[in-house]
Amino acid sequence: MIREFSSADLMFIVSAVRWTLILSGIAFLGGALGGLAVALARTAQGRLRRRIAAGFIQVFQGTPLLMQLFLVYFGLAVVGLPIDPLLAAAVALTLHASAYLGEIWRGAIEAVPPGQTEAATALSLSYKDRMRHVVLPQAMRLATAPTVGFLVQLIKGTSLASIIGFTELTRAGQIINNATFKPFLVFGTVAALYFVLCWPLSLLARRMEARMRLAVTR
Amino acid sequence: MTEHAIIMRAVNKYYGAYHALVDIDLTVTRGERIVICGPSGSGKSTLIRTINQLEPIESGTIIVDGVELTAGGENVARVRQDVGMVFQSFNLFPHMTVLENCVLAPMKTRKIPRAEAEATARKYLERVRIPEQADKYPAQLSGGQQQRVAIARALCMKPRIMLFDEPTSALDPEMVKEVLDTMIDLAREGMTMLCVTHEMDFARAVADRVIFMDKGVIVEENAPDQFFGNPQNERLQNFLGQIA
Repeated sequence: MIREFSSADLMFIVSAVRWTLILSGIAFLGGALGGLAVALARTAQGRLRRRIAAGFIQVFQGTPLLMQLFLVYFGLAVVGLPIDPLLAAAVALTLHASAYLGEIWRGAIEAVPPGQTEAATALSLSYKDRMRHVVLPQAMRLATAPTVGFLVQLIKGTSLASIIGFTELTRAGQIINNATFKPFLVFGTVAALYFVLCWPLSLLARRMEARMRLAVTR
Repeated sequence: MTEHAIIMRAVNKYYGAYHALVDIDLTVTRGERIVICGPSGSGKSTLIRTINQLEPIESGTIIVDGVELTAGGENVARVRQDVGMVFQSFNLFPHMTVLENCVLAPMKTRKIPRAEAEATARKYLERVRIPEQADKYPAQLSGGQQQRVAIARALCMKPRIMLFDEPTSALDPEMVKEVLDTMIDLAREGMTMLCVTHEMDFARAVADRVIFMDKGVIVEENAPDQFFGNPQNERLQNFLGQIA
């Protein structure tokens, strides 16, 4: 029962873009909060916190994202939660993004000259005020370009959620391909849509990097 | 209120196995101006950095303004509010204007309203003779101007003690004088000052006492005329011979 690739099929694929965007958005926002916590723990005084954060990063950078998706997906049932592909994908991608953003931001925090922290400390600013007003604003400038770069990776990474049955862009393509068997046309369309999402972000990241270089050399 | 600004007793500091400060005993009277000199690696910067606990110590006692430092976290914050510090590399916050640099700590730690903090900041910028730079960013200023902003920023906390860690070492020669003049003004107003510096003319002009350190030990301390005119220790004689 193979039918022709119709405009309805195209619309089905295009409308699945919103689930890719929603999943990317959730993972990025969750990952930003988690990543900030990981980065602060990694650069903290306490050795235990540093170790835990380092372990977290190593586990999530050292295992395939697909395995993380599987483990969270099947793990939900183990802890008594309903098996829901969106929930599983959101949790797994959030953890994944937390580890990567945590590592990017740790680097940015450590790249702020130690004299900045010393001066803030000598002025009797608390840890919170030092971070909020002195260190993080400077780290943020360094981190913007790599953070946008990671967002591109994350958007592409959401395609793996198709394997646990979440109907985002890639899974929509699979569904249509199963019915029409026009793999080159279908997945070509899917790839083009990813490119439309990611390319502007890549350009933005590159422009930010160029601006960073200017600011540093000034 | 005690007459002693700083009391250090048997202070020891290690970096791993390296003994950076060896049994330091030092008493600073209120209003006293002290210059600390010595070869690099002698522990002079480390010494003043222990006073506001930028460097924790392994043993001994430090009492700043009657508050004992080694006791715990709470005292450290109190002492830091009363002790201003100026660094060799200025360490201004590059993402803030000069004025914002000056008002941040008073607003956050002393909870002073913005308008009052800004008025104070402008007053001190006037005193270090750069009121017109208030709305510029640090990168737009010369080294000497940046260091004077750093002094004003520290003064905005209304400290009772000022620590200077080689404040002119990173400056081009023509800018050293403007910073030293600012420091001399401050000394004349009666500020308690500890300055790590190799500017011996400054030491002669304002110091009540000059301290020579070597290998983590206070080797010699004396009034400037004795210190320079009649040095006792051989290491100090060598040192003075090299920098003269």
